[in-house]
Amino acid sequence: MEIFNNLIYGFSVALSLQNLIYCFLGVFVGTAIGVLPGVGPLVTIAMLLPITFNLPPIPALIMLGGIYYGSQYGGSTTSILMNLPGETASVVTCIDGYQMAKRGRAGPALAIAAIASFFAGCVGTLLIALFGPPLAEAALKFGAPEYFSLMLMALVAAACLSSGDMVKALAMVVFGLLLGIIGTDVNSGMSRYSFGLPELTDGMGFTVVAVGLFAISEIVKNLETEVRGEVFTSKITNIMPTVKDLKDSFWPIVRGTGVGAFFGALPGTGPAISSFSAYMVEKKWAKDPSRFGKGAIEGVAGPEAANNAASQTSFIPTLTLGIPGSGVMALMLGALTIQGIAPGPQVMTAKPDLFWGLIASMWIGNLLLVVLNLPLVGMWVQLLKVPYRWLFPSIIMFCAVGNYSINNSAMDLYLVGVLGIVGYVLMKLDCPPAPLILGFVLGPLMEENLRRALLISRGDPTVFFTRPISMGFMIASILILLTMILPSIRKRKQEAYQGGDPP
Amino acid sequence: MKVSLSDNKDFLAGLLMIAIGGVAFYMALDYPFGSALRMGPGYFPRVLAGLFIAFGIYVGLRGLRTGEKVEGVWGWRALVFITVSFWVFGWLMDRVGMIPSLVVLFFVSARAGHEFKIKEVTILATVMILFAWAVFIYGLGLPYRLFWWDY
Repeated sequence: MEIFNNLIYGFSVALSLQNLIYCFLGVFVGTAIGVLPGVGPLVTIAMLLPITFNLPPIPALIMLGGIYYGSQYGGSTTSILMNLPGETASVVTCIDGYQMAKRGRAGPALAIAAIASFFAGCVGTLLIALFGPPLAEAALKFGAPEYFSLMLMALVAAACLSSGDMVKALAMVVFGLLLGIIGTDVNSGMSRYSFGLPELTDGMGFTVVAVGLFAISEIVKNLETEVRGEVFTSKITNIMPTVKDLKDSFWPIVRGTGVGAFFGALPGTGPAISSFSAYMVEKKWAKDPSRFGKGAIEGVAGPEAANNAASQTSFIPTLTLGIPGSGVMALMLGALTIQGIAPGPQVMTAKPDLFWGLIASMWIGNLLLVVLNLPLVGMWVQLLKVPYRWLFPSIIMFCAVGNYSINNSAMDLYLVGVLGIVGYVLMKLDCPPAPLILGFVLGPLMEENLRRALLISRGDPTVFFTRPISMGFMIASILILLTMILPSIRKRKQEAYQGGDPP
Repeated sequence: MKVSLSDNKDFLAGLLMIAIGGVAFYMALDYPFGSALRMGPGYFPRVLAGLFIAFGIYVGLRGLRTGEKVEGVWGWRALVFITVSFWVFGWLMDRVGMIPSLVVLFFVSARAGHEFKIKEVTILATVMILFAWAVFIYGLGLPYRLFWWDY
């Protein structure tokens, strides 16, 4: 079995002392920062991204992976204990998780969340190992038209299936594509949108956009009003779930994993929609749906499994096709690019140590998560008491020094400030930043493939519809757009995102 | 009834999109357009800028119809202090070294919060600067001078 050889090879990479340390560091830092209220995975990764650029590619990616699921898991802890979701994906965990905590069952809720995440993480890792290689092989045959259509589909799907306003999300994709143009045009050598700044001729730094759009706007939003967070101070006495808890959660975990793995692998959808869907599924499946919203353990198990399965399988399109499905994956892809690795199907064959090492490290990271979280939960809870007025200057420090360290240029920091203003205004006007960063990452590739496709076809745009695979992607994009315009489906999407509202 | 536009969420978003799209389109006029067969550097930008303007018009008009307001208050004060702290840090980094730059960064950015206690910020800055030194200079080996008198 080739997959086993590959996985063993991956483990031999991931288990090297250096990589193990970075995996641990990533999970640890990710959990620590993810637990902090008001700091979600996107901000965490945007903030720590520049630091990893000073590492070699494999440890850097392994650490970022660890940060990602660590911060996601940390977010669940805050959801359960404080009713404060760090990001959309953990909104549903709040509903029943916080209710359980209020009833003195915070321990079992946290334990089930950890078990569900671990199970989903194992399955997710296996799915990547199974489906990654054939997908990458198929993608190697893609020509320019196929790539263009695929990227178009990913962007359309990401915009349409995100939680907010679809039209604005699409507009933000376009804005991201425009920002991606900044820099020197590869074909003509012409410098575009560089405003006469030599620093911009290489394009706008990826971390500049990430920090400006995600970190600054998030911090300012948190500072808009004075909030005194009520910390859930009651002690967590019993961490162990009962046998009944485990029995009740078993099928929800399996179902949640399935739902999450499916949505995660699709381009453009991610943890958010999967955890909402998993909650709906559990509510539909339950004999007594009225328990939901009042501390039903299934309402924690299903979404937590879904959310972690999706964060694992969302690596599939990112690693094998070079197409990120979510904002976080766009950041991961950007990390690859800045490490000098061109994302795409060739990563698996050209950098097998990176590909398989990363996959194996995901499993190790998930194991570390359980080990870190269950016994140490008391320590994480202490972190909740850190006041925000100490946190945000420290976050800014990391963003500032990290961004400076990439090019040793003050210009990057001036640009961070400018993008921060833009990002904050956009956020206030309900324009989501995640589609923007997707567009920004894919922009240059899209233009390149569009040009190449039309060059091959001698300027005939029907090329996107005459080649079968490309036609499939095009039809899918159009279908997604059309269905979202239909009022009945739009309503159902809204319901899916609100499905978790307490009754 | 007078319709207020200054806090109309979609109207403002639309205006912003039209403005950015307009600038992008205008600038792209300098780049050769080419043809679909041989796209010039101006092709993709102009198409995108046009699309962005179109989205802007749609969103803006929708705003006039629905009149949804911006939620919450604007955190301009926080935004200004945080943005300025990035700018000043960048400017100082090139001139006076990492430690003084970080001190300024902390004192400027902390003003963005609701409470500002000199003593607390001093302690926070001291601890975090030590931490930054450990991570960036000691751990990652970045070659920054700490003060202006280091060469």
